[in-house]
Amino acid sequence: MAENILSVQDLHTSFHTDNGEVMAVNGVNFNLAAGKILGIVGESGSGKSVTAYSIMQILEKNGAIKSGKILYKGEDITKWPEQKMRDFRGKCCSIIFQDPMTSLNPVFTVGFQLEEAIRLHTERRGKEAERRAIEMLELVGVNEPEKRIRQYPYELSGGMRQRVMIAMALACEPDILIADEPTTALDVTIQAQILELMQSLQKKLGMAIIMVTHDLGVIAQMADEIIVMYGGRVCERGTAEDIFYHPCHEYTKGLLRSIPNVDRIGQKLEPISGTPINLLNMPKGCAFCPRCDAAMKICLEEQPPEVRTMDGHLVSCWAHIREEIDAGLITVQG
Amino acid sequence: MDKNYVPDKENLVEVNDLKMYFPVKTGLFTRTPLKAVDGVSFAIKPGETLGLVGESGCGKTTVGRAVIRLYTPTDGDLFFDGKRIDSQSIGSMRKDMQMVFQDPYSSLNPRMTVEDIIGEPLDVHKLYANAKERREKVLHLMELVGLNAEHATRYVHEFSGGQRQRIGIARALATNPRFIICDEAVSALDVSIQAQVINMFEELQEKLGVAYLFIAHDLLVVHHISDRIAVMYLGRMVETADADELNNNPMHPYTQSLLSAVPYPDPEIAKSRKRIILEGDVPSPLHMPSGCAFRTRCKYATEQCAQECPKLTDRGNGHLVACWNK
Ligand SMILES: Nc1ncnc2c1ncn2[C@@H]1O[C@H](COP(=O)(O)OP(=O)(O)OP(=O)(O)O)[C@@H](O)[C@H]1O
Ligand SMILES: Nc1ncnc2c1ncn2[C@@H]1O[C@H](COP(=O)(O)OP(=O)(O)OP(=O)(O)O)[C@@H](O)[C@H]1O
Ligand SMILES: [Mg+2]
Ligand SMILES: [Mg+2]
Repeated sequence: MAENILSVQDLHTSFHTDNGEVMAVNGVNFNLAAGKILGIVGESGSGKSVTAYSIMQILEKNGAIKSGKILYKGEDITKWPEQKMRDFRGKCCSIIFQDPMTSLNPVFTVGFQLEEAIRLHTERRGKEAERRAIEMLELVGVNEPEKRIRQYPYELSGGMRQRVMIAMALACEPDILIADEPTTALDVTIQAQILELMQSLQKKLGMAIIMVTHDLGVIAQMADEIIVMYGGRVCERGTAEDIFYHPCHEYTKGLLRSIPNVDRIGQKLEPISGTPINLLNMPKGCAFCPRCDAAMKICLEEQPPEVRTMDGHLVSCWAHIREEIDAGLITVQG
Repeated sequence: MDKNYVPDKENLVEVNDLKMYFPVKTGLFTRTPLKAVDGVSFAIKPGETLGLVGESGCGKTTVGRAVIRLYTPTDGDLFFDGKRIDSQSIGSMRKDMQMVFQDPYSSLNPRMTVEDIIGEPLDVHKLYANAKERREKVLHLMELVGLNAEHATRYVHEFSGGQRQRIGIARALATNPRFIICDEAVSALDVSIQAQVINMFEELQEKLGVAYLFIAHDLLVVHHISDRIAVMYLGRMVETADADELNNNPMHPYTQSLLSAVPYPDPEIAKSRKRIILEGDVPSPLHMPSGCAFRTRCKYATEQCAQECPKLTDRGNGHLVACWNK
């Protein structure tokens, strides 16, 4: 087995608000093997970005990691001082933000911002930094990069801004790249080009990637492993094939059913019924229970433990455990 | 502009030969016009959805912004409900024409609560009798897009990407518009919530005859929701057809490569599929190639393509293609 470059263990992160504590991440576990691609999918608001920000320790002021460990090459970085984290960000781990406008400064040209990132995290200076900036923009498919570096973010299209962000994150050649919805604003041909670029860097530099996206097509193409999140928890994790072909959690199954299908054009799409949970008031049992067709009494009362399925992936679901018991695959004591 | 242009009465929205150029600084003292949109025409009937797809930077957002006159078009004729859209008439049309913006964060006021963001268009157009009714309307809109009532008093920065996007959608729906421009409106939503929002768009269409210009890069979604689809490349339209026809029988080489690049939600298919990779650099809208803008990346390109820009021509059943060789 490949060594884990990053291991997140029982992570809890919450935000303080006037209405109470927003429990955004409630016990997330996963491992990222060096040089592999981990996909994170899950409901909007399920804590994917907050998990990413927790790893980078760039949470908003009202948020904090409450408990859990984040091991980078075996060291718990939640214990690191800010000074050391500053080096971690950029050099060891960089992030492509979901919302390019929030991380690009509107009053500086994109070239200035790119070069600054390059100077900060690599040895390149002056003209060399500029050359690198242009080269990176070219790599992500921005035309006439020499001109584009003189423009301001608002003068670029949505997809171009996103590619500037991607260029910025990749310019520093980190060990780990966290890509939070990196291609939401890109058309499919440029998306394909960017995904290929990421894959080639992953192979060339042995870079590990955490890819957060709701685009299941992108996940299917890229991910070695997938974790599925709901209500701040991981409800299922396994290889891409496990998740797509043998989903065991009711949420995962519902998600896969919601994909628009070319064979069913003209029919209504099938969303998961019910409303998202309220993170101010987390249920005692399984977070998905109120929307689950297979829910039982125990689901309301107790959080399901993570168990291994027949094909070896992990799922947290009472209904699944029940099925296995009924089939005589596991026995219970007491 | 063509003062004598007469729009078709059947169309809710009609756009004729829209051009939008931006002056861009190219040197210390020089400015070059960037032709973001260069002669685009289309029409949308009440209750119809036109999908708009195309390469990043090809001008889709600019088309949308020009239609609702956030930009003053360089040239072209725009009509809503038979009336010309200009700086005077637009004020009275705003209630009926809304846009869901691509960048939810920068289009939502960070200092306002969600309730006020969604309620603002209600205030502007005075669409309630008292505070109670305003609140009810806002909560109803939030429910439509799958947000909890508890979210009403919170600020935008406290929301996830997909939640922000839904705030933008609820805001656009507030005035019961007859035409909505959805600019990547569902791109940050997981497929389940996306399905919920799309079903809601379709229900509004069935019940109230709302028309949509649906800009998106997810071709599965565009195919699902659109009656017709228009494909843009570098500021121009290269192909339009009924949604099924376009998917089954794409004719323009750019459309063909676009469809081949759709990531398919199945690991085996996705990892083994052959994509048509486009050769050559994406040309810049500052230096448009002569003739057909796609020819620099097109494997069928000939002499003629460099000399003359092909016009959209009908290849039967309203399938329009702008290509010399197809
Ligand atoms: N600063 C904050 N204050 C209060 N709540 C917050 C804050 N930031 C995030 N949250 C809440 O935490 C939850 C998780 O948010 P997160 O951004 O991680 O979701 P996500 O899984 O990335 O969703 P999406 O797919 O929509 O981007 C959300 O319900 C959000 O409202
Ligand atoms: N305010 C502006 N000033 C200068 N140039 C602009 C401005 N707005 C857009 N552009 C340019 O116009 C072109 C088209 O941009 P537009 O945002 O319409 O593209 P798009 O098709 O929406 O792309 P995307 O899919 O990436 O959002 C781009 O080259 C962009 O840089
Ligand atoms: Mg997010
Ligand atoms: Mg756009």
